[in-house]
Amino acid sequence: MKLKDILACVDGVLVCGESHLEDEVKRGFASDLMSDVLTILEDDILLITGLSNNQAIRTAEMSDISNILLVRNKKPSQTMIDMANELNIALAYTSYSLFKTSGLLFAQGLKPVY
Amino acid sequence: MRQEYLVPAQDFSVAGVASSNLKRLLKQLNINPFTIKRIMVAVFEAEVNVIAHSYGGRIVCDLEEEEITIQVIDTGPGIPNLDLAMTEGWSTASEQVRELGYGAGMGLPNIKKNCDHLTIQTKAGEHTHITMLFCLKEGE
Ligand SMILES: Nc1ncnc2c1ncn2[C@@H]1O[C@H](COP(=O)(O)OP(=O)(O)O)[C@@H](O)[C@H]1O
Ligand SMILES: [Mg+2]
Repeated sequence: MKLKDILACVDGVLVCGESHLEDEVKRGFASDLMSDVLTILEDDILLITGLSNNQAIRTAEMSDISNILLVRNKKPSQTMIDMANELNIALAYTSYSLFKTSGLLFAQGLKPVY
Repeated sequence: MRQEYLVPAQDFSVAGVASSNLKRLLKQLNINPFTIKRIMVAVFEAEVNVIAHSYGGRIVCDLEEEEITIQVIDTGPGIPNLDLAMTEGWSTASEQVRELGYGAGMGLPNIKKNCDHLTIQTKAGEHTHITMLFCLKEGE
């Protein structure tokens, strides 16, 4: 699924990383636990999380995740946006819950990691 | 080539900065991306542990042609029961650490999974010294 289609599906707002809109995202992974995210070694995944802090960006950096979708209307801070810009990570948010976001994307064909 | 990075205790605002600097260096050295990811996951978990659980420490990286050795050495208080600490899901992390998204008790098991060889020297009341080895040659 392309990032732009993912955002359309969940009424998502892109905050930074416009160059990623055409990215082909293979799988989605939803978690608020960064240690869980760090167990995923797959490439081209979308991180769906309610954890809106610098740690989410750092974790994405270490795992080579270049697309992050924040849920529950957790708008990112300026520091998060600066970090994401510097690391070339696309950062978006939606007002939907983690469950609703994941359910909608799954129904649209975004594959789970496991 | 040897590189050292300092890791302060309790300061989560810099969590991942040392790992991030190391990652930049590894990328410049043209190491394959999957190996870099394994190294970064292990080092980042170890860095977060130093910040969350110790009095501070440092990361020492020895980069060689065929292997990378990374030592994470803190100044205490040590791990009283290492078998327990290595168990998935076991954690003494504070509420503050959990709110930041860490403290799931997955760090040490995941470090073990990602390196080619791991040794941990620790004892209650002393420092913790983790040594991680990563082979760079294919098929090893
Ligand atoms: N450097 C360290 N110094 C002291 N204790 C540590 C250190 N690293 C890990 N531990 C102990 O081992 C436990 C498990 O570590 P880990 O698997 O990384 O899980 P977590 O960090 O999520 O608690 C920690 O909760 C802590 O009690
Ligand atoms: Mg840990």
